[in-house]
Amino acid sequence: MSEAPTSTQPLISVEGLHTYYGKSHILDGVTLHVGAGEVVGLLGRNGVGKSTTLKTIMGLVHASAGKVLLEGKDIAGVPSHKLAHRGIAYVPEDRRIFRLLTVMENLRVGLDRDGVSDARKNELLDKVFAFFPRLGERRHQAGGTLSGGEQQMLAISRAMMLEPKIILLDEPTEGLMPSMVTQIREIIDALHREGVAILLVEQNVPLTLASSQRIYIMEKGIVRHQCAASELDVNHAVIKQYLGV
Amino acid sequence: MKNLNHHTVVYWAAFCAVMAVLIVAPLVLPEFWRRFLTEILIWGLLAMSSDLLIGYTGMISFGHSAFFGLGMYGAAAALILFSPPNLWLAIGFGLVGAAGAALFVAYFSTRLRDIYFAITTLIFSQIFYVIIFTWTKVTGGENGLIFTRPHFSIPFLYDVRFTSTTLHWFVLAMVAGSYLILRRVTQSPFGMVLQSIRENEARTRAIGFPVQRYKIVAVMLSGIFAGLAGVLYGVQNEFAAPDFVYFITSGDTVIFNVMGGIGTLVGPIVGAGFFQLLRELMSRIFGDQFPYLIPLGFIFIAMIIFLPQGLLGFARRWLNR
Amino acid sequence: MHALVAFLQDIPVDLLIIQTVNGVVTGMILALVASGLTLIFGIMDVVNFAHGELFMLGAYVGVIVMVATGNFWLALIVSFLVIALLGAVIQIVTLRPLIGRDPLNTILVTFGISLILQNFALWYFGPIARRMPSPITGHFILFYLDYPWYRLLIAALSAAIIGGFWLFLKFSKYGVWIRATTQDRVMAQAMGIPVPLVFTGVFALGAGMAAMSGVLFAPLVGVDHTMGLDWVLKAFIVVVVGGMGSLGGSIVAAIFISLLESYAAIWVDPSQAVIVSFVVLILTLLFKPTGLFATPK
Repeated sequence: MSEAPTSTQPLISVEGLHTYYGKSHILDGVTLHVGAGEVVGLLGRNGVGKSTTLKTIMGLVHASAGKVLLEGKDIAGVPSHKLAHRGIAYVPEDRRIFRLLTVMENLRVGLDRDGVSDARKNELLDKVFAFFPRLGERRHQAGGTLSGGEQQMLAISRAMMLEPKIILLDEPTEGLMPSMVTQIREIIDALHREGVAILLVEQNVPLTLASSQRIYIMEKGIVRHQCAASELDVNHAVIKQYLGV
Repeated sequence: MKNLNHHTVVYWAAFCAVMAVLIVAPLVLPEFWRRFLTEILIWGLLAMSSDLLIGYTGMISFGHSAFFGLGMYGAAAALILFSPPNLWLAIGFGLVGAAGAALFVAYFSTRLRDIYFAITTLIFSQIFYVIIFTWTKVTGGENGLIFTRPHFSIPFLYDVRFTSTTLHWFVLAMVAGSYLILRRVTQSPFGMVLQSIRENEARTRAIGFPVQRYKIVAVMLSGIFAGLAGVLYGVQNEFAAPDFVYFITSGDTVIFNVMGGIGTLVGPIVGAGFFQLLRELMSRIFGDQFPYLIPLGFIFIAMIIFLPQGLLGFARRWLNR
Repeated sequence: MHALVAFLQDIPVDLLIIQTVNGVVTGMILALVASGLTLIFGIMDVVNFAHGELFMLGAYVGVIVMVATGNFWLALIVSFLVIALLGAVIQIVTLRPLIGRDPLNTILVTFGISLILQNFALWYFGPIARRMPSPITGHFILFYLDYPWYRLLIAALSAAIIGGFWLFLKFSKYGVWIRATTQDRVMAQAMGIPVPLVFTGVFALGAGMAAMSGVLFAPLVGVDHTMGLDWVLKAFIVVVVGGMGSLGGSIVAAIFISLLESYAAIWVDPSQAVIVSFVVLILTLLFKPTGLFATPK
C-alpha cells in the first residue's frame, strides 16, 4: 500500500542505538535498516534486546544515544501516536489488544483517522475480514473473549488499519498452533506483496528465514551478523552459534 | 574518640551550633517572635514525625492530624481532670491517646499500599474529627476545650511556672530529644528495613521481613511523636480544638515535609519554618486578609514539579550518615 | 432476632420511604461527582484531590449565571464549560509535567490545587454563603411532608447526564479513545490515539461533571467555599468502594452509601450519619479492597 521509494534511502534506519533500563544497559549500539517494502527478520535469543529495539523505534522506549530515522528524518522524541500516523505500526508480543473493546472497536481505533474517507474505511474492513473471516464473524465480540490465535489476527488487523509503511511485528507466532503459524506466514507474504515493509522479530527460525529477504542476528544488545536470508538455513553454523542452546 | 571522622565532627558541630542559636534566641527576640519560634518547633516536630513514614518508609500519610489532635485532647483531659494540672500526666495521656489512635489506624491502613493507604489514613483522621466534633459532652464539640498551662514540676524537687522563654526551652528540649531518638531509629537495623521497604517493598517481603508489622510499628512511632507535638501545642496555647483534627492539618504537615525535604528529619522542621515565615511575611506586607495560601499553594506545587527533593534535599545523604 | 424484627417494624413506613427518596437523590449527585473522579483515576492514575473544589466553583459559577440570567439550564451549561476549561488548564500546567513520576505526587499536587482554589473562592466571593434559587418551585405531598419537586429533578437530571456520558463512552469515537486509553495507554499511543490530549480531555470532562453536580446541588444548600470538602471525601469513599476506575461500580456505590446514610439519619444526627460511609469503606478495604461493586468499564 505504499508508493515506490523515491530514493534509495531505507525506510527505517537505526544507528548506534543505546538504551538503559535503570542501570542495565539493554541496547549497546544497535544498527540496522529496513528498506521500503522489505521483510527483514531479527533473530536472537531471549533477552538480547530484540523487542526493545522495536519499542525504541516506535518511541515507546527512550534512547539515551543513537538515532532512529524514518525516511531519512530523525524521529527521536516524536511521540508514538504521531509515528502511528506517519506510517509505523507496532504489533507487540502478547498482542495487547484492547480486551474490553469489541473487535470492531479495536479496528476503529486505527481506522478513525483524519483524511480517510468512509469508502476507504469500508474497503479496509472488507479486506481484513476477507483475510480473517473468523474476525468478521466475531466483530461485535469483546477482544478478551477471542482465542489466542484470533487475538493475534486482531492485533495484526488493527495495525493494518493504519495503512502503515512498515509493521513492527514482535513474535507473532508465539503460543500459536502450527496451523496458525502457517496463516501468519501467509499474512506476512500478503503484506509483502502489497509493499508493506515488515521488521519481524521471531523465535521461529524457519518461518523467519522463509518469509524475510534479509536477516539480522542480535546478541547482548548489539547486531552480530547480517546477511541475505537465502544465505542461511536452520542448520547453518551462524544460526547454531547465536541461537543454539 | 577513636572513630571520629570528618563527617561526625562537622555534623555534631552543626547540631550544637543550631541548638545554641535556638537556646539563645528567646532571650533576644521580642515576645511575638519567641512564641512564633516555639510554634515552628512544634509544627516541625509534627512534620518530622510524619517524615518517618513519608521519607523513610515511603508511605504518605494524611492521618497525622488525628494523632496530633489526640495528643492535644489527651493532654487536655489530663489537665482538666486532675488538679493541680500536671505536665507529665498531660504528656502521658497525650502519648497514650495518640498511640492508641495510631495503632487503630495502622491496623487497617497498613494492609494497603500507596494511594489507598493515603486515602485510608485521611478517612480515619476524618472519623476522629467527626467523633470529636460531635461528642460535645466530652470534647467540647465545636468549641473545644480550654485549660490552664501546667507548671514545670519535678515531684518533691521543683515547681515553677513556665515563662514563654522557659517554655521555649522545654519545647526545644522535647523536639531536639525527639530528633535524636528518631535519628537513632532511622539509623538502626529497624530503620534500615523501613528504608528497604521504601525502595522495594516486594523484595523486602520476599527476603522474609514481616513488612506489615514493620509498617504498623512505623505508624505507631510516627503517631507517638505527632501526639507529643499535640501535647506541646496544647500546653503552649492552653486550648484544644477540633479544627486541628481536620485533615487539612495533615495536608499542611505533608506540605512542610515536601518543602523542607523528605527523608532528612530536619528538613520538615525547616519546611515548617519556611512556610510559617512566608505566611507571616505575606500577612505583614499585604495585610491580614490576604489569602496567603494561594501563593504558598503555587510555591508548593512548583516545588513538587521542579524541586521534588525540597529545600534540604540536597543534604539528604549527608544528614543521614 | 425478635428484637431486631420488632425494631425494624417500629420504623414507620412513610419515614422509610422518605429517607429512601432522599437517599436516592443525594446518591445520584454523589454518583455524578464520583464518576468524574473515578474516570480520571482509571485513565491516568491521578487522585484528584481538587475535585471537591471544582464542584464548589461550579456551584459558584452556576449561582452567578442564575442570578444574572435567571436561566437554570444556561447556568448548568456555562458552569460545565468554564470549569471544564479550568480543569484542562490545571491538567496541562500541573499534571502533565508529572506524567511518568510516582503517582503519589499527583495527590500532593492536587491537594495544593485544592488549597489554592478554596482560598481563592474565600477571597474572591467572601465567606458568606450565597443562595441559589431553585429552578422549579413547588412541592408535592409525600406522606406528611411537602416534598420539593426540585429534588426529583436533580435525581432525574443526574441520571440523564450520567446516561448521556455512558452513551458517549460507548458509541462515540472519542469514547472509544477514552476506553482504549484507560485499558492500555501504551498501545493506545501506538495505535495513533493522542494520549496526552485524551488525558486533558478526560480531566476536563471530569471537572465539568463535578461542576454540574455543584450547580444541581446548590439550591439545596448555601454555596460557600467549604462545600467541596465533605463531597471530596464522600466521593473518594464511593470511588474506592465502587472499585477505582469502574464507572458502574461508582454509581452503585454512591446510591448504596447514600441510602445507608439516609437510613442512619433516622436514628442519629446527620453529621454523625457520615460515619456510616466510613464504616462501609473500612469493611470494603478489609474484605474486598478492589471494590464491592467493581465491574469492568
